[in-house]
Amino acid sequence: MITILLIFFPLLAALLLLLIKGEQVKNIALGAAIIEFVISIFAVMQFQHTADVQFQMNCNWINSLGISFHVGMDGISLLLVLLTTFLVPIIIFSSFKNNYKNPALFYSLILAMQMALIGVFVSLDGFLFYVFWELALIPIYFICLLWGGENRAKITFKFFVYTLSGSLLMLLGLIYLYQNTTAVDAEHLHTFNIDALYKAGRGLDAAHQGYVFIALFMAFAIKMPIFPFHTWQPDTYTTAPTPGTMMLSGIMLKMGTYGLIRWLLPVVPLGVEQWGHLAILLSVIGIIYASCIAIAQHDFKRLIAYSSIAHVGLISAGILALNVQGLQGAMVQMISHGVNVVGLFFIVDIIQQRTSKRDLESLGGIRNVNPQFAVLFLIILLGSVALPLTNGFIGEFLLLNGLYQYSAWFAAFAGLSVILGAVYMLRAYQKIMLGHTNDVTSSFAPLSGNEKTILVILCAAIIVFGIYPKPLLDISEPAAAKLAELIKLK
Amino acid sequence: MKALILLSSLGVITLLAEIFSFKKLLYPLVLLGLIATFVFNLSDWNTNMTYFKMMRFDNYAVAFTSVILVVAFLWFLMSESYFKEETSLTDHYALILFALAGSVIMVSYTNMAMLFLGIEILSIPMYILAGSKKNDLNSNEAAFKYLIMGAFATGFLLFGIALIYGASGSFDLAEIKDYITLHPANIEPIFYTGILLMLIGLAFKVSAAPFHFWAPDVYQGSPTVITAFMATIVKTAAFAAFLRLFNNCFASVSVVWVNIVWVMAALTLLIGNITAVMQSNTKRMLAYSSVAHAGYMLLALLAGNSYSSNAILFYAAAYSIGSIGTFCVLFIVAGAKGNEDVESFNGLGKSNPLLAFVMTAALLSLAGIPPTAGFFAKYYIFTAAFQSGYTGLVLVALLASLVGVYYYFRIIIAMYFKESNTETIPVQLNHKLLLIAVAAAIILLGLCPDFIIRLL
Repeated sequence: MITILLIFFPLLAALLLLLIKGEQVKNIALGAAIIEFVISIFAVMQFQHTADVQFQMNCNWINSLGISFHVGMDGISLLLVLLTTFLVPIIIFSSFKNNYKNPALFYSLILAMQMALIGVFVSLDGFLFYVFWELALIPIYFICLLWGGENRAKITFKFFVYTLSGSLLMLLGLIYLYQNTTAVDAEHLHTFNIDALYKAGRGLDAAHQGYVFIALFMAFAIKMPIFPFHTWQPDTYTTAPTPGTMMLSGIMLKMGTYGLIRWLLPVVPLGVEQWGHLAILLSVIGIIYASCIAIAQHDFKRLIAYSSIAHVGLISAGILALNVQGLQGAMVQMISHGVNVVGLFFIVDIIQQRTSKRDLESLGGIRNVNPQFAVLFLIILLGSVALPLTNGFIGEFLLLNGLYQYSAWFAAFAGLSVILGAVYMLRAYQKIMLGHTNDVTSSFAPLSGNEKTILVILCAAIIVFGIYPKPLLDISEPAAAKLAELIKLK
Repeated sequence: MKALILLSSLGVITLLAEIFSFKKLLYPLVLLGLIATFVFNLSDWNTNMTYFKMMRFDNYAVAFTSVILVVAFLWFLMSESYFKEETSLTDHYALILFALAGSVIMVSYTNMAMLFLGIEILSIPMYILAGSKKNDLNSNEAAFKYLIMGAFATGFLLFGIALIYGASGSFDLAEIKDYITLHPANIEPIFYTGILLMLIGLAFKVSAAPFHFWAPDVYQGSPTVITAFMATIVKTAAFAAFLRLFNNCFASVSVVWVNIVWVMAALTLLIGNITAVMQSNTKRMLAYSSVAHAGYMLLALLAGNSYSSNAILFYAAAYSIGSIGTFCVLFIVAGAKGNEDVESFNGLGKSNPLLAFVMTAALLSLAGIPPTAGFFAKYYIFTAAFQSGYTGLVLVALLASLVGVYYYFRIIIAMYFKESNTETIPVQLNHKLLLIAVAAAIILLGLCPDFIIRLL
């Protein structure tokens, strides 16, 4: 029941917002997002720490095709739902100072997207999963198209077509699996139930599992994105309005990694065996490639976009390493990356609003003007470069550990991401915050109350879960262990 | 059968309006008549009545007739002003109603003669209506082209029927089927030739490549409302006829025609979608898109399994409703702006949010994006084709739908992204009703498709 509430409450709020006019819209959107967060906290409190799928709800949808509205959460889903419900209020709150035209539509699209994202994370039916997966794309497309920056029509269109092509391949893979499910009864020859799809996928021979792997992996790889399917990402992240970028990088990216965990590894283990090596190789190449490009960036927003490619490369490599450490690391890092990247994009937004510049060269010396901002920025940045005692460290440590068990060489190269990450992030910090104050930065206004609240919440999350990540790990541990067993691994 | 009788008598009554001068009452009368027809048509459900071995109103016929009637009702909501503008309005009503009667025959025939009659009853009004803008050169060209090409295709069809009769000695579908089963080894070559000729004739009617060349010119030249009629009702009826013939009667000799249909489907998908990208005239673009949609429906025809009828029924419904929506918005916008270019949609998102929203929903549906009806329709067709092992063709169709996104989104981008200081376009009440109904139907069919796909 609570799962249904989690899915449909944002949708209801989104529809309600369209009926309201005036300034109240922002507050109502924020209120709805906070209520949603409270609901998810309830779910966490009622959650039993076992590997079972809980809060299940299964009703017929398209009965004649064996498609049902089947939702539920295990630890992995719950963590991602929690991430979504935690970030959306922050994203909405962070956009308060920007006066977007037609705010009702803007916030209603954000909430509609939240609904689709939560739907993706809780679906236990292949068809339902696909519908939510695609549904998430429409609001973000319009957010980018209507409120984006320069040249947005072309860029958002590229983004749309790119992700859609991946999705269509996934649809093909899902239909193929569906055709291979066994009859439930005389009327229902096939079903989209997740367990039946698992069974169908595992029943295939190695070659066909390989094809299914490619079809599904492409969709997830494009969404994350993994090298060489990333070319839509930097432009889209840079052009999208900041809340849109936060939704894309903070949450939507996790659809891809979640897809790997839930809809790829357990479905075609033999396919993973054949192609996993290549996929990890691509991920590791992506880590180094994106880090190197990030070092050469002058636009801070673009730099973070590339850093996101590097981070997600590590996550996918860790997942594909197929062990509990890797999976757990991926879970923690998904949460951490979500929090950190939203923080970083918020900082870009703060700087851009005050100086109307994102160019590293033209900034400098902000620390002298606003030391408070400098400290908060530094904490988020350290979380992002995975300093011990920040949330980023736990995740990257577990991921590298998992990857090391798979192959020391891969771990060595992937480990470069930590070093290179420090290089480009600290360089950016140095150019923006340190040095001499110039004309652009000398009048850097102090942080407003709202901004301070958001940054403090994010910093607190970074530090608290850096020191004591156990609550998060506990939620996903049994599910991750069960999954690892399901894939039958070392 | 009730639907056919009602539609025909309605047509005759509209002709009488000229003599007894109740022309003003015609529009509401026709709308009411369509509703009555729809209700009476439903009462034929599960009766499976056969009439003189010529027509059978099985569930297949009733379901397709219902779709045609619903779309026709929406179409009339859209076209009120068309009937007002014209000088001789009663014959236009009559022509449309007779065309509808023809389409009912096409979905219910069990005899080749009825198939031919149905196609002709549907086509001849279309030839006339395509040229109904008498002073417009393009409209005249469209009518002439449609007539010449249509006559040519009918020739093929008739020739095919004749050859099949020559081999099997019957026009009756059941007897032809028996002929195939009784003589598995020694079917005469002219029988196969007949099938191929009929295939060409029908492919022309559904505008499948490479027999689609007439479609863009005819669609562009005809008055917009008539184009909408051709793109929706004519196509639905033609596909229902196509499927009835090939999936029942000729199914056991599918070896002869599957490869040809395979190539036709692939060509239709690719040519339709890729050529649509290059169009700047919206109407022409929609014409190519309608060619492309024929390609998807051919997939279901090719699949020839238990999904096929439902798949085509659902696809035809989803596609027709989406098309009526887009054509209606195009009709309103082009009427206000004076041209049909994509640019005339610029800034519509700001000036007319309702029009832009319905257009977006309809275009997303045509492009096959969830949660719209068009997505489920495509999904269902892909499943059907997959089931019969046409993986390669499904891949082609996936690629084609990606291309499709490109041109559908051009209009969406124009509406929301391109700025233009146009004033709000006034929208009539009947158009508003139609647009809201279309948007609701698109989402409803997308979310709960079960009640339709369980029908057949």
